[in-house]
Amino acid sequence: MNASNPLPLAATQRPAPRERARLLRSALPGVSLAVLLVAIFIMQPRAMSYLGLNLMLNLAVPIALATMAQMLIITVNDLDLSLGSFISFVACVAATVLGPHPWLGSLALLGCIAVYAALGALVHGRNLPAIVVTLGMSFIWMGAAILLLPSPGGAAPAWLQGLVRIKTPLLPLAIFVCMGIALLMHAFLARSTLGVILRGAGGNPQAIGRRGWSLLRIKAGLYGLAGTFGVLSGLFLVGLTTSADANIALRYTLLSIAGVILGGGEFVGGRVSAVGAVLGALTLVLAGSLLSFLHISPDWQIGAQGAILILVLALRAGVNRLEARP
Amino acid sequence: MAAATCTLLEFQGTGKTFGAVRALEGVSLAFHAGECLGLIGHNGAGKSTLMQVLAGTLAPDQGAMLVGGQDLRHRYNVRLAREHGIRCVFQELSLCPNLSVAENTRLMCAGLAGWGWRARARRAIAEQLQAIFPGHGIHPDDIVADLPIGQRQMVEIARAFVCEGEPLQLVILDEPTSSLDAGVAAQLLRFVRRFVEGGGSIVLISHILGEMLSTCDRIAVMRDGKVVQVRPAADFTHTSLVECMGHAAKAAEEHRTFVSRRHGTPVVDTCPARQGDGQCVRAYPGEIVGLAGLAGHGQSQLLLQVLRQRVRGRQGVALVAGDRQSDGVFPLWSIAQNISVASLAQLRRGGLIDPGAERALANEWQARMGIRTPSMDQPIVALSGGNQQKALFARALATPHPLILMDDPMRGVDVGTKRDVYATLAAEAAKGRTFLWYTTELEELQYCDHVYVFRDGQAVLDVPRSELTEALILRGSFQEHSA
Repeated sequence: MNASNPLPLAATQRPAPRERARLLRSALPGVSLAVLLVAIFIMQPRAMSYLGLNLMLNLAVPIALATMAQMLIITVNDLDLSLGSFISFVACVAATVLGPHPWLGSLALLGCIAVYAALGALVHGRNLPAIVVTLGMSFIWMGAAILLLPSPGGAAPAWLQGLVRIKTPLLPLAIFVCMGIALLMHAFLARSTLGVILRGAGGNPQAIGRRGWSLLRIKAGLYGLAGTFGVLSGLFLVGLTTSADANIALRYTLLSIAGVILGGGEFVGGRVSAVGAVLGALTLVLAGSLLSFLHISPDWQIGAQGAILILVLALRAGVNRLEARP
Repeated sequence: MAAATCTLLEFQGTGKTFGAVRALEGVSLAFHAGECLGLIGHNGAGKSTLMQVLAGTLAPDQGAMLVGGQDLRHRYNVRLAREHGIRCVFQELSLCPNLSVAENTRLMCAGLAGWGWRARARRAIAEQLQAIFPGHGIHPDDIVADLPIGQRQMVEIARAFVCEGEPLQLVILDEPTSSLDAGVAAQLLRFVRRFVEGGGSIVLISHILGEMLSTCDRIAVMRDGKVVQVRPAADFTHTSLVECMGHAAKAAEEHRTFVSRRHGTPVVDTCPARQGDGQCVRAYPGEIVGLAGLAGHGQSQLLLQVLRQRVRGRQGVALVAGDRQSDGVFPLWSIAQNISVASLAQLRRGGLIDPGAERALANEWQARMGIRTPSMDQPIVALSGGNQQKALFARALATPHPLILMDDPMRGVDVGTKRDVYATLAAEAAKGRTFLWYTTELEELQYCDHVYVFRDGQAVLDVPRSELTEALILRGSFQEHSA
């Protein structure tokens, strides 16, 4: 073009601001969680103990699992609005059938996963909007849960209750499980070749299809995996609460979406991060505790949680603008 | 160059039809090892279709495809093409923007699997980038979305040449230099020669004639879905290439007495955004102005630019979209609603739509455009493609606006419909309406009073109809030398 060298020189030199913005962006979920934790510890130093952490993070694992499920769906640019009622249904199955009839119960849960895979195939095969399909499914799951358990009750199998209450040394079980989920899913999505293909299907589905991979199988597989995480979330939840209720996890739908987005995920384009999503879920759980410590009445808590969400997303929009600047 | 060199693949009488459109007709062409074959032709000549057939993304419906003497037409697909070492760099990028350069390399190469695949993918793409574009400035861990378009194209090209245990014999490069600057384009062309001399095969499509003549061994010229000429590149000159692309024996054109309407104040006076020399596109009242050139060289952008200007200035303007499905029809609405939607201001009575006036408008335009349907209350998707397009024309023409923009509206429309529409356009222009018409079909330009030929986002030629020839337009569309 001009007289000077038309090309940037050495391959190792990357534009520094672009690099910095990307680092900032991927650090954001961790930073927001740390800020939240520090605020809690300053306000309530006794929370900085095994018991305190255990109390605060009690329900973190089911929410983190639900967030993983949602993240898998968001990977292929879809959204699951039935996740909360699905987890409620799983909890009801676990609290009623699984104890007295372990085989029947397990079969029912496997059937649930198969239904999820079939939904993925349906969404792709008929080219339907996933939001509509899953919104419809949410009523089906909820209806089934109410049929199974008309009033709150039931009992989780003893082995399940025992499993989720294991006392681990140093830190509560919830922290180990969350770390395990995050690292496992990170290895799968970000490091394995299959994960690359799955994320690619969210970034440029045509290219993946043209290369000869079946988008139908990719979608059905991801939905099936999401269903598996939903089942795990429901089991963990009912193990902790010991009894179930058809509305037990309804708020998980929105919590899981918020967790993925807080963790650096985007609604479209296959940009998701497993570690970020788990951190996002933990942030949302701890935001509830912080608000209790601030003596904000539960009536205002949902609004205040929304405010925290807006704050983090505004920060990210700022980082994105930094990134876009040449 | 011996003719007896190893033939990789051969088309024999291959044909492909899309509905009523014959995209390919009786194409016979062989691809040899150690040769760079150029493919050239104007819009709709069938280059892209032929390349998609070769890459296995489109199945031909006639003739034979010989690979190693065997006809594989019926089971040829992407996978088989890949197994025979045939790869394609398509014009629209096929990278996943959310993945890194190395991960995108993995998507293309199944050989990169198992432990340590990331390190191998990084090394493979870095080596290939270094071989083709020394000093490229791309890191294998860069996310593609963060790269500028030129570097993305470099990744796309380099990725096609990575072979990790997979065969690599023929690479299709479809307008590979379109987003590269001159220095990088020269690097690529030098690499193409090296690759070919090493026994590989390249199919090169480009609109820069100098590039084609200097890089290719043989050039095949396509026109109307047929290969009309295949000759060694040395036998062609700029002029003879352009001549081949046009219709050799041009039927005696009807030379209507041409009266220039270029007086008064222009309705449109806009410079394309990328225009360097201040040349503006002008349209005067009652004129039909054609925008010509190869597809995707800035014509649609100019239409959008004019549209925005007019809308911002609150001057009336209507647009006939070319891509019916995504920009044109409201698929859930009736034909009448689809026509009246642009004229709702005239149909209002006391803040609501007057159903009587709407029906009258729909019926008037059914008669004027000859839309074939038992009732205008039927859903628009019940109509054939041609009749849907007539409804879109009716939508624009039913408005009182003095300027109508048309974005290649005749794509995939049957001849009968076209003739009806041309007549209506001429009648409306005679009443003083102005049309700005982007078309990819050369024949349609003879209906225009004035034509601008576009190349690389700029209007490079400005011709009144009295001086218009096909050769002139082809010469304008294809660049002689690289910039």
